Amino acid sequence: MAKRIEASNVTAYYGAFKAIENINLTVEPKTVTALIGPSGCGKSTFLRSINRMHEVLPGARVEGSLTIDDQDIYDRDVDVTAVRRMIGMVFQRPNPFPTMSIYENVVAGLRLNGVRKKSILDEAAEKALRSANLWDEVKDRLGKPGAGLSGGQQQRLCIARTIAVEPQVVLMDEPCSALDPISTLAIEDLIFQLKDKFTIIIVTHNMQQAARVSDRTAFFSIDKTGEPGRLIEYDSTQKIFSNPSQKKTEDYITGRFG
Amino acid sequence: MTTTVTTHRPRPAAQPDSLRAKRLPRYAAPAIALAALLVAAAVVYGTGIGGAVLVVVVGALLYLVGLFAAANAVEGRRSARNRTWSALIHSAFVLAVLPLASVVWTLLSNGVDRLDGNFFLTSMNNIGARDPEGGAYHAIVGTLEQVGIATLITVPLGVLCAIYVVEYGRGRFAFAIRFFVDVMTGIPSIVAGLFVLAFWVLIVSPWFNDGRPSFSGFAAALALSVLMLPTVVRSTEEMLRLVPAPLREGAYALGVPKWKTILRVVLPTALPGIVTGVMLAIARAAGETAPVLLVAGGGAAINFNAFENNQSSLALFVYQQAGDASRYAPARAWTAALTLVALVLVLTIAAKLLARRNRLGR
Amino acid sequence: MGETPHRSADAGTGGTRVTQSHEWPAGASARVAEAPVSTRTPGGSGLGGGGALPRARKFGAERAFRGLSMAAGAAVLVIIAAIAIFLIAKAVPALRADTENFWTYEGWSPNETEPKFGIGTLAFGTVLSSALALLIAVPVALGIALYLSHYAPRRVGTALGFLIDLLAAVPSVVFGLWGRDVFINPVRDFSVWLNTYFGWLPIFGGDGPFGRSILLGALVLAIMVLPIITSLSREVFLQTPTANEEAALALGATRWEMIRTAVLPYGRPGIIAAVMLGLGRALGETIALAMTLGITFGISFNLIQNGGNTIAANIANAFGEANETGRGALIASGLVLFAITLIVNITARAIIYRRREFTESAA
Repeated sequence: MAKRIEASNVTAYYGAFKAIENINLTVEPKTVTALIGPSGCGKSTFLRSINRMHEVLPGARVEGSLTIDDQDIYDRDVDVTAVRRMIGMVFQRPNPFPTMSIYENVVAGLRLNGVRKKSILDEAAEKALRSANLWDEVKDRLGKPGAGLSGGQQQRLCIARTIAVEPQVVLMDEPCSALDPISTLAIEDLIFQLKDKFTIIIVTHNMQQAARVSDRTAFFSIDKTGEPGRLIEYDSTQKIFSNPSQKKTEDYITGRFG
Repeated sequence: MTTTVTTHRPRPAAQPDSLRAKRLPRYAAPAIALAALLVAAAVVYGTGIGGAVLVVVVGALLYLVGLFAAANAVEGRRSARNRTWSALIHSAFVLAVLPLASVVWTLLSNGVDRLDGNFFLTSMNNIGARDPEGGAYHAIVGTLEQVGIATLITVPLGVLCAIYVVEYGRGRFAFAIRFFVDVMTGIPSIVAGLFVLAFWVLIVSPWFNDGRPSFSGFAAALALSVLMLPTVVRSTEEMLRLVPAPLREGAYALGVPKWKTILRVVLPTALPGIVTGVMLAIARAAGETAPVLLVAGGGAAINFNAFENNQSSLALFVYQQAGDASRYAPARAWTAALTLVALVLVLTIAAKLLARRNRLGR
Repeated sequence: MGETPHRSADAGTGGTRVTQSHEWPAGASARVAEAPVSTRTPGGSGLGGGGALPRARKFGAERAFRGLSMAAGAAVLVIIAAIAIFLIAKAVPALRADTENFWTYEGWSPNETEPKFGIGTLAFGTVLSSALALLIAVPVALGIALYLSHYAPRRVGTALGFLIDLLAAVPSVVFGLWGRDVFINPVRDFSVWLNTYFGWLPIFGGDGPFGRSILLGALVLAIMVLPIITSLSREVFLQTPTANEEAALALGATRWEMIRTAVLPYGRPGIIAAVMLGLGRALGETIALAMTLGITFGISFNLIQNGGNTIAANIANAFGEANETGRGALIASGLVLFAITLIVNITARAIIYRRREFTESAA
């Protein structure tokens, strides 16, 4: 249940501002791909254009082609909601629905899809929470508000909510940037386990994290502010971190970046 | 179209097989609307139960039903719901715009009839039922004086009260003040009028007036103060809270005492916001009729003295002329209403623009 | 503020001992910086009564200012209490003179030698017209608020939101005039139509005349509270965290589902509060209803026949001819209105305060 993502010549705009230009890359099923690069290089923009969350912002649009197992995500006949069900997303800051309990948060996606039967929901909730390594911590308080959990638990709750609808691909936008080191470690472990089932693309600022969790790494950069972000190098993580072919990549990962 | 899905087929998690969804064609919505209108017209005129308005109403209902049915059949239930709610929300907007536009339009078209110099320069003194002249000069004077006095009372009191709540107040007492300021916002204007009637006109004022109750512009100003006070306190409170703490600490670090910090650093910083709140309060007070009706006494002649004898106000003038049997009265009422709305809107717009230009924080 | 330059220069020199100035009880900062203030004669040092402090003289200005602001704060409580006290003081003699039961008598003749008046019909009319007005206004207002916050293009939403705010400022006498002179015509036609086809329903029955009815009053009231409820709930909707909206969208929600999952639950306490505030406005509305209702005394659910009355409208209408007992009777009715609106407002505020705590704890 994991699918291949293919981007060719993807260019994304915010109004008149071109955020990324001509991105070409292919993400294989059941792998973890890390997107790294300096702030403002467009890695989050690229991530958000994969499940069409980019266009939620007023004036934002995408050109070029993005496919998931050869289906064009941006085809005119495509149902946006179907894209987002197929490609789930975890955000930078944990964002459980504040008015819902832990249980309701996890099954929110299924409920939206018309699943009403309690037994199915219960089963799916437990499965998703177990997959998110959260079940043991919350099984006794499923009815409590999700906002009452710690930051790391909230983020795992959000991951559980995302995988409960069993997407093909999971996008993660700096999922650990608001977390402490221990919670970060828990999430990284989780990512490692999830790759058995899902294609995962993760944006991270933390290069050690990229090196730890990912199979392949894409390095994005900009020449200067106001310029669109570009994909500089995309290769296996080991190659990127040990022997990058581009000077820019080497400068960035060794910390010599402007 | 792909095979990967088969593994979790039993799960009704609604993972789509394909991203493609059947969609209603672009022309579907207008086509349904047209059909709905035609059917509605046929039904309404066929049975003779109504006119064009009913056609539109029935047509709109049929459109909603038809849209839901069509979308449900082609795109599925979720999309049908989405479309129907979207149509409902848009129609709520249209529904509300109609009467509000009508208010604005009649105000303008009826109000211009008497928009002349005579209206603004004469009072209603010695104007009989058959006289087409007469104006609102006395009422404008009344409004300005009453609102002016009310502002003089409210602003110091309101600002000080907000300062207490924000800068000094702690614990239950401050909480009670905040709570009751909020509650005070909801006091009906007629109750404020009755309060001043009972307290000032009937009980206090006879002491200065040979034992007879004295209606006056000042009494109206008191009632308006009761209405303005919570608005002024709330907006000042909000503005004071927006003043950054480092600004205060900076002043303390220079050895400036707290009260002086408040007066010379905090208040000036918050001033534009406070002015905005005061202007909004004035706008609301200027439009109040009920309290003025109860305690100002009305009156047709010009009276500059707010502390003695009856006074009118623009809002009260509108009400009185609206109830007047003279055939010239409605025109005066509409022109006065137009003047009043113009006054209130100028204040409101100015206040909002000021607020936009000087936004603290955010 | 009448400060002379040399004094602020002094204030600057006081800066060596500032460490305590951050301490909270306000007096602390004054103690640190007393030197420059001491030139001023202490005014009203008794206000704060700080006898235990060694150099009370130097607390003069700080204490006085603090006391002054505290007195202003207390004034609010005093005013609310005074409203209740003075209304009661003037209402009681009239209630004593009432020869009928104040709660149940259907009529209002307090100016006779044997005063007869009852609040029942007025309270009924007040509640009926307000409830009807809210029934009409709330769904429409929420629809517009959602349109402005989540459907309209941002610029359009902002501009129209501004316009709605302006409409909320239009005085009620203007709506009353419009309702009486303009809006009554379509409402009368509509009433006749309802009577023709739905006359078998008691609420649309009767033989006319139609027009100056509860329906007209309630519709005008609805149009008046519409901008208020819209403007408040629009703000609530706009405050929905973007993160939650995006979370819903990322789960594959349609726009409406996103609103149902993220926006409405988050905004519910705010919506309730907005509706309650609108209700408070509707209950207390005076002039617009005095101009549009038929003014009768009697309990009837008929919505379209001339008639209807409310506490506030009755005060405006009956005040002109009222004698001493008549005024007392009106004040008594105002007291009842005050009590009703007080309950509504306290409930609304309690909801808002609870919401505030909720969102703060969630953040």
